[in-house]
Amino acid sequence: MLATPAPVSLASALLPPQGWKSSRSLPWRGKRRTCSRKGNSSLIIAKFELKPPPYPLSALEPHMSRETLEYHWGKHHRGYVDNLNRQIVGTELDGMTLEDIITITYNKGDLLPAFNNAAQVWNHTSFWESMKPGGGGEPSGDLLELIKRDFGSFERFVEEFKLAASTQFGSGWAWLVYKANRLDVGNAVNPRPSEEDKKLVVVKSPNAINPLLWDCYPLLTIDVWEHAYYLDFQNHRPDYISIFMEKLVSWEAVSSRLEMAKAQVANREREEERRKRAEEEEQMPYSEAVKMYLESDGDGDDSEAE
Amino acid sequence: MALRTLLTRKSLGLGLGVSQSVRGLQTFSLPDLPYDYGALEPAISGEIMKLHHQKHHQTYITNYNKALEQLHEAMEKGDSSTVVKLQGAIKFNGGGHVNHSIFWKNLTPVQEGGGEPPKGSLGWAIDTHFGSMEALVAKINSEGAAVQGSGWVWLGLDKELKKLVVETTANQDPLVTKGPNLVPLLGIDVWEHAYYLQYKNVRPDYLKNVWKVIDWKYASEVYEKECP
Repeated sequence: MLATPAPVSLASALLPPQGWKSSRSLPWRGKRRTCSRKGNSSLIIAKFELKPPPYPLSALEPHMSRETLEYHWGKHHRGYVDNLNRQIVGTELDGMTLEDIITITYNKGDLLPAFNNAAQVWNHTSFWESMKPGGGGEPSGDLLELIKRDFGSFERFVEEFKLAASTQFGSGWAWLVYKANRLDVGNAVNPRPSEEDKKLVVVKSPNAINPLLWDCYPLLTIDVWEHAYYLDFQNHRPDYISIFMEKLVSWEAVSSRLEMAKAQVANREREEERRKRAEEEEQMPYSEAVKMYLESDGDGDDSEAE
Repeated sequence: MALRTLLTRKSLGLGLGVSQSVRGLQTFSLPDLPYDYGALEPAISGEIMKLHHQKHHQTYITNYNKALEQLHEAMEKGDSSTVVKLQGAIKFNGGGHVNHSIFWKNLTPVQEGGGEPPKGSLGWAIDTHFGSMEALVAKINSEGAAVQGSGWVWLGLDKELKKLVVETTANQDPLVTKGPNLVPLLGIDVWEHAYYLQYKNVRPDYLKNVWKVIDWKYASEVYEKECP
């Protein structure tokens, strides 16, 4: 809704805060925007495009009406895309991936103007792809196994997801996410990483907030802004949530996101391992020098620590 | 605000050690609207008014009463963690009840004075603080349109500084959460449920039209009471 241009403070937000490394800023990377050439100008304006749902707008009827999709995708989602493009053109954000814009404009909770639009573009695309005509039912394979392991049973998961979606005060989202074992604190390292740390979790988020910011991999999401269900269900949010789970969820999409998430986590771990080894090798001569220095200066300032 | 005493339990202490305080658990009920659901048309449709009043406001009241009942039980048991846990539901649902109760008083059909600018001292104060009525409306509309997600936009009075302010609150936070001296004069609901069936995604049109059915009487009365 805000169409204000990015403020001056943006420049400082672009400086990586402590512990922020571009290679680990966000778990979900790689969606590139398309570029278009504007008129006869040689200037290339990068812009995000409105991605359509992977089915016709009437395909989810009678559970989600064509009218709802026409407004929700055709007006709301489009509005976020258009406003985002207006906000970032000519700023440092122009040319970045959507995920990077989300992290940077989140600005550690002190939201910059483009945040809501950027995150809502991501959230809505994820939402359309969480559904399919003739969806619902139960998941299978690895996904089902993990759900059983982490929630006890599929039924318990459904209960928890419905509860999160129905108790989100005001506007927002409920999510099933894959949480890796990261400690999101500066340069902290999980002292005892294990496969057990990686698990499925249900979370809810207010307004535009996206669990990517919590270092989680979103697998499934439901929009619980009133505009998502008001034309079809009016004030009956719980009915909308039930129908979503029973008739609309695309478990295939959730499964393939889980596979992607696992692959990305594995990649990230390998990268980190490599970086750690490289750093250790680099630091070797230096740390030996420090050690020698300390040994020859035994009764200095650090004697208090003994 | 309709207030009903559901349960009044008076117990006479039978001995010094077993005295029990006089206690009544008060519950809240839906206030009647002083106009018909369809009376604000075409600015706000009858369908919206009916759902908004009978369903949304009623749900806040139901859940507020439920939370208060749980609070009462938790306090009797000295269960502090439950008392604290209930604060979210009390703020949300209690705020929903408080805010909507004010909102209904801020509206009236055109034939009954809806849209007529405030008379008397509030009118002067608006000119003094905002330049003109039009400037105030423009400010409220722009801040209301910019509320991310669900919330409210308010004209409030800082009763210490005797100053008029425009504020927004998220979700069902009442105005007082923005400052203990703030008294709400006028609140406009910018939750999507307040306009979606009629205005869809175009919140600014709703904000533009709602002024046709705004009743300044309540705001003037509160203002005059606080700033005699």
